[in-house]
Amino acid sequence: MSSKETPREISRRHVIVLVGAAAAAAGMLPRVSLADKAATEAAIKAAGGDGAGSGGITLDLPQIAENGNTVPVGVEVDSPMTAGNYVKTVHLFAEGNPNPEVCSIHFTPANGVAKASTRIRLAKTQNIVALAEMSDGSFKQETVEVKVTIGGCGG
Amino acid sequence: MASAKPRVKVPKSAASGEIIEIKSLISHKMESGQRKDKKTGELIPRKIINKFIVTFNGKEFFSADWAPAIAANPYMSFHMRATESGTMEFTWVDDDGSKYTAKKDLKVG
Repeated sequence: MSSKETPREISRRHVIVLVGAAAAAAGMLPRVSLADKAATEAAIKAAGGDGAGSGGITLDLPQIAENGNTVPVGVEVDSPMTAGNYVKTVHLFAEGNPNPEVCSIHFTPANGVAKASTRIRLAKTQNIVALAEMSDGSFKQETVEVKVTIGGCGG
Repeated sequence: MASAKPRVKVPKSAASGEIIEIKSLISHKMESGQRKDKKTGELIPRKIINKFIVTFNGKEFFSADWAPAIAANPYMSFHMRATESGTMEFTWVDDDGSKYTAKKDLKVG
């Protein structure tokens, strides 16, 4: 009878999710020490963005990512994108991944808008930081937290 | 490895000054170098596409450096202000030095 099968299906699914999460957590932890806030701050400093201002960056990420293996991310920086005033580079950092670096996106005025999107791996619930370097050498920064249900640790 | 298969989406035509969206995707495992082989317990060596470059009529106008945190089958979308007709060329550079390429023509006006 279907009325009896329904709860069984749900509980089986729960078990699969739990086992999967446990396996992911168990397999992940001994392997690598995850990056932390300090490593991310060091990476930001290395990129020259120490003491970056805020505002002007839209960092588009889901609040909750069920699968950390592929999380869509979009970033847009307000800029006229003219030869004299444009966004040079946007760096993305993940504070809770084995390494904070995710990608560095290099724009030119020919892009028209400083806007790009990609898909990233997130090992666990963590902050994502976007750091934008402008053509005049100034920096801006934005942080968004993403809750990750099942971590994507190295795929 | 099996050859990485690129796919790109560029509008066939655009008005002069229009900002067009370009989408790119390439099949690639993006082996992060942090996974262990389940049988041997050894780390599987890193093998990712670490660089993505886009040119228009031979001039580079967009590029990105990718770390292992970029998901498998890497996707990237971006924009270009259309000013003249020409050819857009995409290059993905693998850790092993291989290059994968794609080309699209754009007509402006």
